[in-house]
Amino acid sequence: MTRDAPPTALQADDLSFEVEAKSLLERVNLHADCGQLVGVIGPNGAGKSTLLRAMAGVLRPDEGGVWLEGADLASLSARDVAARLALVPQLAPYAHGFTVRELVLMGRYPHLGRFEIEGPADDRIARDAMRLTQTEEFEARTLDTLSGGERQRVFVSRALAQQPRVLLLDEPTANLDVLHKLRVLDLVRRLVDEGLTAVAAIHDLGMAARYCDRLILLSTGRVLAEGTPEEVLLPEIIESAFGVESAVYRDPVTGSLAISVIGPAESNGSATAARANGQSGREDLQADAVASAAKAGRA
Amino acid sequence: MLGAARLTSLRDYRQAGISIRLAVGGAVLTALALAAGLISLSLGPVDIPVDHVASIVLSIVGIELAEVGRTEHLVIEQIRLPRILVGAVVGMALAVAGATMQGLFRNPMADPGIIGVSAGGALGAVIAIATGATGLFFLALPTFAFIGALAATFLVYGIAAVGGHFSMATLLLAGIAVNAFLGAIVSTIIIVLPDNEALREILFWLAGGLDSRVWEHVHISAPLILGATAVILLASRDLNLLMLGDDEARAMGVRVGLTRGTLLAASALATGAAVAVSGTIAFVGLVTPHILRLVLGPDHRVLIPLSAIAGAVFVIVADTVARTIVQPAEFRVGVLTAFVGAPFFVLLLIRNKRQAQAL
Repeated sequence: MTRDAPPTALQADDLSFEVEAKSLLERVNLHADCGQLVGVIGPNGAGKSTLLRAMAGVLRPDEGGVWLEGADLASLSARDVAARLALVPQLAPYAHGFTVRELVLMGRYPHLGRFEIEGPADDRIARDAMRLTQTEEFEARTLDTLSGGERQRVFVSRALAQQPRVLLLDEPTANLDVLHKLRVLDLVRRLVDEGLTAVAAIHDLGMAARYCDRLILLSTGRVLAEGTPEEVLLPEIIESAFGVESAVYRDPVTGSLAISVIGPAESNGSATAARANGQSGREDLQADAVASAAKAGRA
Repeated sequence: MLGAARLTSLRDYRQAGISIRLAVGGAVLTALALAAGLISLSLGPVDIPVDHVASIVLSIVGIELAEVGRTEHLVIEQIRLPRILVGAVVGMALAVAGATMQGLFRNPMADPGIIGVSAGGALGAVIAIATGATGLFFLALPTFAFIGALAATFLVYGIAAVGGHFSMATLLLAGIAVNAFLGAIVSTIIIVLPDNEALREILFWLAGGLDSRVWEHVHISAPLILGATAVILLASRDLNLLMLGDDEARAMGVRVGLTRGTLLAASALATGAAVAVSGTIAFVGLVTPHILRLVLGPDHRVLIPLSAIAGAVFVIVADTVARTIVQPAEFRVGVLTAFVGAPFFVLLLIRNKRQAQAL
């Protein structure tokens, strides 16, 4: 490490958590430095959400601890945590009858006294947050009238209205169309470049590679790999985590890593058959070629 | 045309800030409450003009305006005013507890009795009547009812917290089970009770009513209900966040367990106090917050205080109708609210179903 290494904004030490004798997290370590976007990737049930919820203080781990800006999360009040750290949930609730504006204003909760009502300053912060996610156009609508993707963007706005220094996002782009996926991740990236620290569980490996400084790959509750996208996204690592055969190459258009999934790793035979039969097979072959080229280039 | 204009303005009202919604809604409902109170005071076997009513009420609080007949003064001060005040605080308790339960259960169909409070109160009262304990001391009936209400709530809460892990779903199911069980005990007592007079008294009590309420009933119920309402009001913003889910609320900085426990306890106290002095008055707690939510939105900082006033208006009006509609006899206010409330409930069910299909 260099001497002027930035301080760690959020750190998880040896987190373990189990439910009904099933281990969801096993001695997981994660650290996010100030101004870093860390991506948490892994297959379904790997423990990504559990890890984020433990780091948000929503879930108390059985063992291990979380450090938020150097302070033990367990020693902070829920309110103090919420004033510094915001969590965007994976499934945005319907929020029975609240309007978008009302919901985003709830983000001011940890900053207001018990008898305080949101003032003009809070309104301004909420409005800015809605503008950043293009949700102000339906600010007067209730959440139950929005699509899943629109709701997800509203919850991103609310997290921004919380003015956190650390932002945790659980699959923030899962329900979003291509344009809004890019917009949300561009926004998070820009905020991170301005000093925010973010940890995001991201399903889409290509998006994770494109936007994150570092990746943590979880599989069955354990950290399988950690490092830069180039270090983590190797075909053999992807195979052991996701059970698929893949090709990794540098996308000639975007310049970031791209992953093409060829097929399930254990059924090579059928993948070969598909390759012989169809057009998709030809694309896969091309991807393979690019992948070996990319590998060669890196080596 | 007129309808459309009104709808637009209601929608504007819904979108206004909470201070505006509170001020406008509070002013309208307080005016309604005062009007309902004055009219209710003037109606009865002896009709008393509203201006006499006003000067009598003012003289009770120490402002002497005009001389009014002694009888009228007595009727207002000793008979009608305490009855209306009991009705007001009962309506307040039921509507506030209903709004709180609907928020906690994230379900607009929840009512204050959902955690067994009313059934427990009913059993306490029935035991008091059946055993003749009502003759022991003046406020025996409300005391028994109140103890029953709180005991049932503790039982339901205890079931939901078994194993150290509290669950709202278990709370709901335990409430249903305990309600059914206590109801069965009440039915058994009614069946085996040999005394016809006591039986009539029980059925009367179960129907919910405000007849022959006196100042003592105001004194025992009002402090509890006003105190519980104040506590709920203080936690109303936390209740907003709880509606989004426990994890969500916790991540936003709410102390979920403490807040929920406080809200449940305050609702149970308010409902218990209401049941103790009025029996079971149906549908006020379900319908009042529901209508208000349609107009005001779900923010509990607006919904709770305005439910308090609207619940008071509802019960005052219902009771006035109940005691004047079949003069000189009396209709039961609990029966009347059920007559109005049950069809409304069905309308809500149909409307909810339509919405669910539209989604």
